[in-house]
Amino acid sequence: MATYAVEVVYRGIFQKTLAKNITRGIVLAAVKEGKTGISFGRYGDSPERNGIPAKNFAIVADDAEELEASMAQYEPKAVDITIAVDDTLCKGVESWAWYGLQPINRLTKPGGYVVVTTMLPFEELLTMTHAKADPYHLAVVRGLPSFSGLWVYKDDHTDVRVLGAIARLKPELLSLAAVEAAIREEWGDELKVLSARRAHERVETLLVPPGTGNPETPYEFELPKWWELREGLTIPAIRTADGAAGETLVDPATGTAGGWRPARNPYFKKFTTRTMRPVVDFDTCVKCTLCWLQCPDSCFDVTPDGFYDANLEACCGCGVCEAVCPVANCITMVNEAAFTDNRSQWEMWKADPAAYKAWVQEKIRHRPERSHGFRYRGQYQEQIQAMVAAGVPAGPGHEALTEPVAHDTVEPSAGGN
Amino acid sequence: MARVVEPRVAPGVEEREHEELISGSEAIAVACKLADVDVITAYPIRPYDTVMQYVAKLVANGQLDCEYIVAESEHSQFEIVKHASAAGARVFCGSSGVGWMYAFEALTVTPALRIPMVAMVGNRALDDPGAFGVEHNDALAVRDLGWMLVWVDTAQEALDTALIAYRVAEDRRVFLPCAIACDGAFLTHSQAIVKVPPQAWVDRFLPPYDRGDLLLHPDNPITVAPQVNEDWLMELRKQNDEAMKRARTVIAEAYRDFEAIFGRAYGNPFFEEYQTADADVVLVGMGTLSMPVKVAIRRLRQEGHRVGLVRLRWFRPFPTEELQATLGRFRAVGVIDRDYAFGSPYTSGVVANEVRAALYDAPQRPPVVGFICGLGGREVTVPDVYRMVALLEQAAAGTRVAPTHWIGIRE
Repeated sequence: MATYAVEVVYRGIFQKTLAKNITRGIVLAAVKEGKTGISFGRYGDSPERNGIPAKNFAIVADDAEELEASMAQYEPKAVDITIAVDDTLCKGVESWAWYGLQPINRLTKPGGYVVVTTMLPFEELLTMTHAKADPYHLAVVRGLPSFSGLWVYKDDHTDVRVLGAIARLKPELLSLAAVEAAIREEWGDELKVLSARRAHERVETLLVPPGTGNPETPYEFELPKWWELREGLTIPAIRTADGAAGETLVDPATGTAGGWRPARNPYFKKFTTRTMRPVVDFDTCVKCTLCWLQCPDSCFDVTPDGFYDANLEACCGCGVCEAVCPVANCITMVNEAAFTDNRSQWEMWKADPAAYKAWVQEKIRHRPERSHGFRYRGQYQEQIQAMVAAGVPAGPGHEALTEPVAHDTVEPSAGGN
Repeated sequence: MARVVEPRVAPGVEEREHEELISGSEAIAVACKLADVDVITAYPIRPYDTVMQYVAKLVANGQLDCEYIVAESEHSQFEIVKHASAAGARVFCGSSGVGWMYAFEALTVTPALRIPMVAMVGNRALDDPGAFGVEHNDALAVRDLGWMLVWVDTAQEALDTALIAYRVAEDRRVFLPCAIACDGAFLTHSQAIVKVPPQAWVDRFLPPYDRGDLLLHPDNPITVAPQVNEDWLMELRKQNDEAMKRARTVIAEAYRDFEAIFGRAYGNPFFEEYQTADADVVLVGMGTLSMPVKVAIRRLRQEGHRVGLVRLRWFRPFPTEELQATLGRFRAVGVIDRDYAFGSPYTSGVVANEVRAALYDAPQRPPVVGFICGLGGREVTVPDVYRMVALLEQAAAGTRVAPTHWIGIRE
């Protein structure tokens, strides 16, 4: 008797279908092996909102009776495999289903797997991923983040590639033969079968020792008792520690105080919704106020010298500021994976304007590499070569590229339960 | 608080109550004036409409200064006062039958927000078929949702109870809405002599509505009714549960103070006992059916039958312990339901099932017989009561009697 739980952490709207395909595929493959299972989304999530971290689950058990122990639950309490289908999710996730940021590997069992679809090297993933007290495996399926829209699905084979990788990492959960049979039944596409096989061959793993990774302690709090809660479903407005509605900022260069930073919810920051962040070139800012006015999350702090500094604890990365900014390249949305902290850009600029200018230039050089879906016509075509290089067969009549990629760094351990 | 335009008590004038010939609905409208209500919403439906007409007249005559809003539906009617109450206004609202049901979503959210709204339900049969007559199913539909529910049987009690309802609902320990159920036609549309108290007495009895830290106001910035998940809702429901429990104490306090100030005693606030001291069997019921029942009891007693009436006023909170103690004294209990609960235990009415449940843990557990009677406004007659008592006496004598009887039906 054995029950396996797999979670797929994904971006609302952009990866809704992808996540469902993966968890459905796991169950369908398990059925091919005479097991049974369920596939479901976390009910409290809001998968119909752009970029919100959300989860889907697949539970596989030997029989229906064994499965009952995992049913009628919002989410499993621990999982054998965590799959992050967007590498920026390694910074942690915060959804409607809970309060406070939670590490991507929170539910991953000791010795379990965190599978990430990414082009980033292991060390960069580990700067984002929170350290854990127990060892676990970080596994990588090479690929660009697969983002679609609500009504369209970009079938770049990420779904089946993840299934192929699972068969490699956890053959006792799914055999490659079962994955292939399930793909044939669900999609009837031999090319997808080939993609799964490639990913099975190429998945890379690294054993992450205890304590390795992002050292940040994620926020925790205790839910209040019924008699501690305010009555009437009322929540007082957010205040600063001093009880004010906000606070002024201090210019690190001149010591001048001024501007305004509204008090914000210290528990629900929302920035894990972000896959891109605005990078502001203060040298070209004309102080037109449009970014500050139009930001749907009021995330811009007003600085003492009249600039608008996107507070990166509050920014959801929607890109409205970039869209409304009238100055070319003054606000540029950049891949969130290019950053390791939420530091104030205005303070960086104040501390060293020249260094900041160079930093901005470096960050915005790769501007188009990340987007919500597609930013312009032809972007998908541009991405195909990268995906082919990562192991996606190029299609009928085309030879798939087979240049070598990095192999397993460490042998998978016998851990897991 | 709204301000009554006329001076409340003219200097030198003695504080005395006076009499008026008004209906039960009009008595509640007078209570609204005395309670100096700030916001009233209206949408016409019989029999509730007599309240809005009378309040409109009070406003037009300059006797009451309040926002009088005619909504485009009952749903809006209840939503408007809900929000006004959150912003600190004393509010009144009401409806009947299907109008009350059309407001149902607004009715469900009102207790959760701890809104001390006072509403009148002019009890009316639910469509279809369209019928004006009284049935209690409209008000009873909210019985599990955190509304306090009280039934009255005279215009005087309607006026008094409306004042008591504000006092109880607006008590910070409670902050729950209260619906006053008035039988359509028999109470809402019958005028009787009512003692109207002077304003000064009411002011002494009813303190201003103070919403405290729950007040929706720019000086007290709060979010009301956020989305929550399974981590929160049980605790919030528990808060309402405790508020409803506390209401029992607050109701008792309110009747005590009412008696002290107004000089009118209601005895046990939760139910009236009529000729129960030596009774063998009693009938239990709510609303104006008390009239024919009392007449029948007097006649039956002349014929040697020891029968009494327990008229329930407060259905929510339900007076479980008090009823256990009282009903346990009798050899059989008959419950008259001017409502139905299709498919319920014993296919009885709502009240019969509640009384049965209340008696289950009672040390003395008399047999309970349910009577469905007076539906759709059909009169409950003295011969009907005779039939009920005959069945009750059989049950009291140990004869097996069917648990539910339809009385006054053509068969």
